[in-house]
Amino acid sequence: MAEALDLSLYAKPEGVGTLGVDLAVEGITCGACIARIEGAVRHLPGVTEARLNFTNRRLHVAWAEGALAPAQILRVLEAQGYQGHPFMPLRAEQEEAAEARRLTRCLAVAGFAGMNIMLLSVSVWSGNVTDITPETRDFFHWASALIALPAAAYAGRPFFASAWRALRAGAVNMDVPISLGVILALGMSLVETANHATHAYFDSAIMLLFFLLIGRTLDHAMRRRTRAVAGNLAALRADSAHRFDGDEVVSVPVAVLRADDRLLVRPGERVPADGVVLGGGSEIDDSLITGETARRRVAAGATVYAGSMNYSGTLTLKVTAVGGNALIDEIERLLEKAASAKSRAMRLADRAARVYAPVVHVTAALTCAGWLIAGASAHDAIITAIAVLIITCPCALALAIPAVQVVASGALFRAGVILNAGDAIERLAEIDTVVFDKTGTLTLPEPRVVNAAAIDAALLQKAARLALSSRHPLAVALAREAAQRTPYDGAVEEAGQGVHGVIDGVEARLGSAEFCGLADNAAPANGDSSICFAHGAQSATIAIAQRLRPDAVEAVNMLRARGLDLRILSGDRPEAVAPIARALGIAVWAAALKPADKIAAIEDLKAQGRRVLMVGDGLNDAPSLAAAYVSLSPISAADVTQAQADAVFLGERLQPVCDTVAIAGHARALMMQNLWLAALYNMVAVPVAIAGLVTPLIAALAMSGSSVLVTLNALRAAKGRSRGRR
Amino acid sequence: MNILVYLVPMALGLGLAGLFAFLWALKSGQYNDVEGAALRVLSDDDIEK
Repeated sequence: MAEALDLSLYAKPEGVGTLGVDLAVEGITCGACIARIEGAVRHLPGVTEARLNFTNRRLHVAWAEGALAPAQILRVLEAQGYQGHPFMPLRAEQEEAAEARRLTRCLAVAGFAGMNIMLLSVSVWSGNVTDITPETRDFFHWASALIALPAAAYAGRPFFASAWRALRAGAVNMDVPISLGVILALGMSLVETANHATHAYFDSAIMLLFFLLIGRTLDHAMRRRTRAVAGNLAALRADSAHRFDGDEVVSVPVAVLRADDRLLVRPGERVPADGVVLGGGSEIDDSLITGETARRRVAAGATVYAGSMNYSGTLTLKVTAVGGNALIDEIERLLEKAASAKSRAMRLADRAARVYAPVVHVTAALTCAGWLIAGASAHDAIITAIAVLIITCPCALALAIPAVQVVASGALFRAGVILNAGDAIERLAEIDTVVFDKTGTLTLPEPRVVNAAAIDAALLQKAARLALSSRHPLAVALAREAAQRTPYDGAVEEAGQGVHGVIDGVEARLGSAEFCGLADNAAPANGDSSICFAHGAQSATIAIAQRLRPDAVEAVNMLRARGLDLRILSGDRPEAVAPIARALGIAVWAAALKPADKIAAIEDLKAQGRRVLMVGDGLNDAPSLAAAYVSLSPISAADVTQAQADAVFLGERLQPVCDTVAIAGHARALMMQNLWLAALYNMVAVPVAIAGLVTPLIAALAMSGSSVLVTLNALRAAKGRSRGRR
Repeated sequence: MNILVYLVPMALGLGLAGLFAFLWALKSGQYNDVEGAALRVLSDDDIEK
């Protein structure tokens, strides 16, 4: 890279005279990388701190102001074989980190209080059946109260705050019965302790908070992990742009571009921002935006969109829109409409809560009334009703779903799938129809050589190695076939024509047919692009086209075997879609669709009562991803599209799509099992509580027993993947 | 049983010490990179020079 990348935007002051920058680092594979990266960066002059976070693959570097240009850090990383990408922590990520710390603190306090109160409670329980004196028991109860009240006031805040918000909005959520149960249990225990009673429920209240906080912390940890991965990906994808500053061209991060900036876009680069061509002419590949694989000729005055690939010539652009505005108007409008019209599936836990809270409250009230009618004292009736509230508090229910989600998202992560939405697993399990986009989804995002079998292997290798010296997209596609990754010495690229060099003492040329002197070599008849290669007397025409993902047929068959209805909706020409649909055996397909047509097709399917999984990557797919019941997109997708997708899958294979469906199905089954386990527990425990037989010991055993059972069951979600593979 | 008057507060005090130790560790960022910590222990870069 000749020009230095200007990183001053990302450097933040840290203390006096010190600047710091966060980099997302690509290429970290093992523990040895830590020492190598930190060691190399620390040797730079002026660096005061270099710390790599191995968990989220981020490097923090601090240096004395003015002692070095931050771009040097990137160069040092590059020399070690890593790619560093400046990274701007997202606001949402920082807020979630603070929230996670708060939850962990609450969890620690509840855990500490729970253990100590349990210590005292066990003494009381064993004393009650032996020879504890009432004075000692009172002392233990007061000591428990002393720990429980401040601990509950601190650790219960997440629940109290959420319950209060719900009540003020006139709604009831899961936190209302929780808060009520905890507060009533503590209040009642306090009154009982003052009256020298045998039973106090301090331990139940705190244990309840402890278990619930575990569930909540797990839920949060999962969302944070996916958020951190998404943040890194955003950084890896933030490309640089060549901007004219006066007559000089400097390389700057896309984030600093402003409207009216003038940019230089060389062949083989993606257009960094929406703009109007000022000068130069080229062919532009819009497939990431529209799905259309045929290239478009552009000249001065033409409009180009961010994400398009520049093929043949150098362009000068004037930026018209950047960042959040960099969308085709129509897509933005459709996206808004689709997202607002989408009736998000109600989360399983919320559905359970809607039934749960009223039932619990009515049961407690009926218990109180029943005992009063049966002639019990008001004191006994109220205590029994509170015992019902405590025993029904949904700690197993609160763990049932987050625990499965965490384990399942771990399994998905190992399968190469990153979740954007926490409840995506539940929705993925319910699909019956899969709609694929073609370009970049069923096919590989970059074109490949398609007629390799028809060309002499040694000749192809020479052509591929020569192609390493060119940045033309067709040459880049050909270079992927090269087994030896070192370019030939002395190979020269003639801009817009081709590469020539000397191989084994014989002149070799790679480029257009004229450039190679092969006027008679016909281009492929089916409209595929081609590149010619001549080496002495030998020559070949290499066809380059979109190719199916290597395991597409296998993956599609696997999905069909699961009983899913498969379809293709593409923005590309019918003659490009038909062979793909035929190869995959997908009977229902539509081509030349505009984004609005795609949404209409998906709305149609929804109207038939289908639950649609949309898999797509183009900017034109973003609205339909938002409209579908649940959506997936490959990591090569456009930014906006990835942001809309519920999950993103990595790599060249389509297998992660099958894995996702399999893991989600398994996880959903486990969630339902867990909900039934929790319900079963209540069916046994509630009658006992209504009968007035629940002692603190029974409450403690029942609560921890059911929570542990549900958690153990959730751990089975990790097996979903191996089952899906088979 | 008077001994309990000393022992229970002492037990609580020890528990609290543990709690504060954990909160301090959390605050000083020791849980920010759990995987890295497990690997750093294997590197020998501290015994050079």
